[in-house]
Amino acid sequence: MSLTIFNTVMAVVIAIAFAAANAAYLVWAERRGAGRIQRRPGPNVNGPFGLLQPPADGIKLMTKQLMIPAGADKALFMVAPVLAMAPAIVSFVTIPFSDTIVAHSMNIGVLMIFAFASLGTMAILLAGWGSRNKYGVMASVRAVSQNISYEIPMLITVITIVMMTGTMDLKEIVTAQSGGLLNWNIVPSLSSPLMPVAFLIFFICSLAETNRAPFDLGEAEAELVAGFHMEYGSMGFGLFFMGEYANIVIGASLITILFLGGWGCPLGLYPGVWWFLLKIYLVIFTFIWIRWTFPRTTIYGLLNLSWKILIPISLFNLLLTAGLLKVF
Amino acid sequence: MNPTVATGAMGFLTGDGLAGYADAIAGFVFLIMLAITVIGGLIACNAERLVCAVSGLALCFVGVAAIYYYLNSPFVAMMQMLIYVGAVCITIAFAIMLAAPEDSQKNGPAGPLSGPLAFITAGLVTMGLIGLAVNTTFAVLPKLNMGGVKLIGAELLTSYSMVFELVSIVLLIAIIGSLVIARHGRSK
Repeated sequence: MSLTIFNTVMAVVIAIAFAAANAAYLVWAERRGAGRIQRRPGPNVNGPFGLLQPPADGIKLMTKQLMIPAGADKALFMVAPVLAMAPAIVSFVTIPFSDTIVAHSMNIGVLMIFAFASLGTMAILLAGWGSRNKYGVMASVRAVSQNISYEIPMLITVITIVMMTGTMDLKEIVTAQSGGLLNWNIVPSLSSPLMPVAFLIFFICSLAETNRAPFDLGEAEAELVAGFHMEYGSMGFGLFFMGEYANIVIGASLITILFLGGWGCPLGLYPGVWWFLLKIYLVIFTFIWIRWTFPRTTIYGLLNLSWKILIPISLFNLLLTAGLLKVF
Repeated sequence: MNPTVATGAMGFLTGDGLAGYADAIAGFVFLIMLAITVIGGLIACNAERLVCAVSGLALCFVGVAAIYYYLNSPFVAMMQMLIYVGAVCITIAFAIMLAAPEDSQKNGPAGPLSGPLAFITAGLVTMGLIGLAVNTTFAVLPKLNMGGVKLIGAELLTSYSMVFELVSIVLLIAIIGSLVIARHGRSK
């Protein structure tokens, strides 16, 4: 009993540390990547390759004074950043990094991650509204409409995967894909020939759900100053930032687990946590690459893409897979 | 209520030594969940601003989901989070932000039922529920199955398919109704 509690506490501590370390160094990776793509150095002064930049930024954020605007709704203003960070950490608990490295394996892991991801939307909404700022309110309305519309094709795609593997357990979904590249869900199979399309839909939805460019309408700095977190300074802003990057890691992990075979090797050799980490960082690299390459869409283009293209295609894929699973 | 929960809560309150240690922790956790639910409900009823009320409602739903999880039905707990917090609360908040002016506040007393009369009614209902809960002997039913997703799905499409179909008809009517209303609004 006590051992179980100890294990759980340790797992949560490690999850928090992993989320925080990733958040800090992904910001560095993002800025270096942006610099590379825009033909400028990026942060390269502090330490080798600028590797000491994240701790310096962290100290700066933590020592700043936390200002609460006079007109803000104090309770909501304070709750929102915590609500942005906490669900992301909770989701880490159920993600299997390898066959044995998982904090708490649940047989409804997929459902749990999506249940807690919905709390993140609430955080954006409360942040924008709680700061009582017109740009903030507009940004949160945008972010929420975006999150609602992209959750639908994402969940429909997940249902397709769950139908194919017959389980909601993330671990078993990976086990079903073991044995090399050809067993991965991204590869079209007889029962679901549209899997690459489903992967593309899921990838686009992950970009949109994590509010990344070209879908970062919630924080479009050219029109909304900084969006929902514009009134936040100090660690309030820091928590939003960490929450965003933790969500990116979770999105990349989900893509890896659902489509790219989790901790399996493409050739079926030496499965292990290293493959998982390699895959999620490759996916994250693609996220960064896309962010600094594509311009921002408009809000109408964004909503049309989801409602007129992604949802019909994902529904068609669901029906096709259901029918073919019955046949084969 | 689950008897171990009750004894656990009691054990925590009376502090009867190491024997009920695990039970006491469990009871303490259960009390925290109850507190979250009740506080959320109170905020939802008493908040000045509508967005605050919705946040209270979301807190209340999270508390209820935690209780489901505690009572060993994680699937129901996750559905509670996904549907009530993730969909219902956010849709309500979204509608408020789109429709009402930012400073929309609650109006005064709604009618003769609010105020003292409402307190008397609520008190009577609470007394009745407490009386029921205290006087009923709760039988512990045998566990039917593991309550997994597969079993729930199979049951929904076999034994309870009528309910399932009726629910889908209700949803269909709601969708058609909202479409009709929206269409009417556009033609004006």
